[in-house]
Amino acid sequence: MGIVVDLEACNRCGTADEPMCVRDCPGDLMFIAENGKASITDNRECWDCAACVKVCPTQAIAMQLPTSLVVRGVSLTGRALKHKTTWTLRLRNDEERNYETPSTGNAPFTPSL
Amino acid sequence: MNHPVVELACDLLIIGGGAAGCVAAVEAKERDPSLRVVVMEKAHVYRSGCLAAGISALNAYLNPGETPESFLRYAIRETVGVVRDDLTLSMAHELNAQVKRVELWGLPIPRDELGNPIKRGRASIKIFGERIKPILGKRAEASGATIVNRVNATGLAVRDGRVVGAYGFGVRDGRFYAISAKSVLLCTGGAAGLYRPSNPGKAAHRTWYSPFNTGAGLAMGIRAGAEMTSFEFRFIPLRIKDALAPTGEIAQWLGAKQINARGEAYLEKYYEHLGGKRMLTQDRLYATLMEYRAGRGPCYLDLRGVNPRKLDGTITAYLSMAPSGAMLMADEAYYARKGGEMAPVEITGGEPLVVGGHGLSGYWIDERRRTSLPGLWAAGDVAGGTPKKYASGAWAEAVIAVRDMIMEAGTLPQPSLDAGERQAEEARVFAPMDAPAELDAGDAEERLQKIMEEYAGGSSVQYGYAEGTLRLADLHLKRLAEELGALRASSSHELMHCHEVLDRVEVAQTLVAHMAHRRETRWHCYQERLDYPERDDARFMVFINSVREPDGTRRIIEHPVVRAPIDVVLPSLSDGAVIRSPRNHDDSPTYRGEES
Repeated sequence: MGIVVDLEACNRCGTADEPMCVRDCPGDLMFIAENGKASITDNRECWDCAACVKVCPTQAIAMQLPTSLVVRGVSLTGRALKHKTTWTLRLRNDEERNYETPSTGNAPFTPSL
Repeated sequence: MNHPVVELACDLLIIGGGAAGCVAAVEAKERDPSLRVVVMEKAHVYRSGCLAAGISALNAYLNPGETPESFLRYAIRETVGVVRDDLTLSMAHELNAQVKRVELWGLPIPRDELGNPIKRGRASIKIFGERIKPILGKRAEASGATIVNRVNATGLAVRDGRVVGAYGFGVRDGRFYAISAKSVLLCTGGAAGLYRPSNPGKAAHRTWYSPFNTGAGLAMGIRAGAEMTSFEFRFIPLRIKDALAPTGEIAQWLGAKQINARGEAYLEKYYEHLGGKRMLTQDRLYATLMEYRAGRGPCYLDLRGVNPRKLDGTITAYLSMAPSGAMLMADEAYYARKGGEMAPVEITGGEPLVVGGHGLSGYWIDERRRTSLPGLWAAGDVAGGTPKKYASGAWAEAVIAVRDMIMEAGTLPQPSLDAGERQAEEARVFAPMDAPAELDAGDAEERLQKIMEEYAGGSSVQYGYAEGTLRLADLHLKRLAEELGALRASSSHELMHCHEVLDRVEVAQTLVAHMAHRRETRWHCYQERLDYPERDDARFMVFINSVREPDGTRRIIEHPVVRAPIDVVLPSLSDGAVIRSPRNHDDSPTYRGEES
């Protein structure tokens, strides 16, 4: 299923020449559509790597699991901050679960990971 | 017919800005800031290659007590003897230094009280690798190298027998790129998408290996007549079903056992003859398929006894490398099973891949990482002979290659490209747009994947094949290759897909030629000859290499295995014979047993 863009939330990264999701997609699938919002060329080509999800400054991009993998949508949004990435995983019953992954700099000392 | 052209000249051209390419660029500029270094990248170096989603471990590292020699023993055992000892040793010598280097660039690596990385497996350490690709990409940018993003490489420039640059086209701007270089490093990754995808329709790209790694660098070398090795050693990952997410995080880190549908630890119960729980990686997949055939499938990684407090940590690890795996795991644990219960995770084999960082396949290179074509070096997943190198091994190889490139090509004059060759490549590259015919790249891809799946051992035939099926694969691939002249594209993005399928068909033809030549079964599932089910050490303890002839046939070359002075015990054939190096003393200790 790939990704879904929230058209309300997408601001095409303000005035940036190249919005970050368009820059970062490893399949070169993101583009700015005629409505001025981020869009994906073809979700069948999406790898589900979440590069666009994390880099979006307004959390406008949600990753969804393909219907052939689960019956109904589970979705994921995230935000890449300086030293960590925060994630919100929305389950089928709309329950939200929040996670953090350290991303740059010194690793926290976590022997019991 | 005339396309806007970008011409560049440099000392050192790096094709592919992934794990190996980014480190290569930095190494070159650090060694000699005056070098003109160009990185040609199909996407954008911030999120390209197989590390785009991140990784949660580095699987090639010498933990305390390990040595390059112990790493080599593990590689020899896993490849059942056919491995390049020289490449493995020189790579292993570099591993920890390169890991430390990337850590200093900002990669978080948790360490214990003694300052050692946290061990996940024998050669594996935990990392927080969600941002690994931006860390590498930004460092490559800051190095002063010229990064040319969004250019799909299509061909090597060769003049008087030496590689003097490369050609490509802009996947957005449709421009033709002609880059001349004193030396060229290929690090374009392996080839996915040769076989039918594990998931259908809209989920077709829900794969483990990057679906954007389509074997471009392999195909470029094949077309230019470079010698390739061991394509028949395909890598087939044992993965979490549907998500195709890696299993190491739960198998190694949580210590989950492989169980069948009856709840039995089947590796130990039924496959002691393959080594039981210490069996080779390939046999873990083989045993899983055998369980299914015995009516005891499907199989799982058993998480039932694991402390449920570790669930969220595991989900976090998957978020930083395979987010869809985290989503499926959370859905199962918190929605389907309510209370966050640890459930067994179903496992399956993925699509077969030509990928030299895990398997053995790729360019035949020497200890300095030179290919058989003068002027061309190879590193990472595109380079063969050294399995088990993974990301950190790709860094090591890139560094070894760059040091040699600087030494060898430093004093050469700037080469110029051959005008006729350049014109021919430009015509070939844009043919699907300039003279569009009726063949859609997606349709051609489906045809390729159907041929390979059914006749060359796809997952739906449990990875097995035989002389007769390979003959059909070869025949139908030839017919398909002839049809590819009719490819059409109406945009640069579609043109990219046309070249992806052109490259994959080239790689597939070499793969089938290699599979046909090895008339034994040395590597279960990876190389499963149903008509020659036994291992034949007397005949096939050799590398099988190939060179594409101008008429498209593959000339097969065999090379003997050259063993370093080291003793190893291969999994027993009949007598568990020790392979001894002639340089070894008879009383040297015999190595027994490795954990895979």
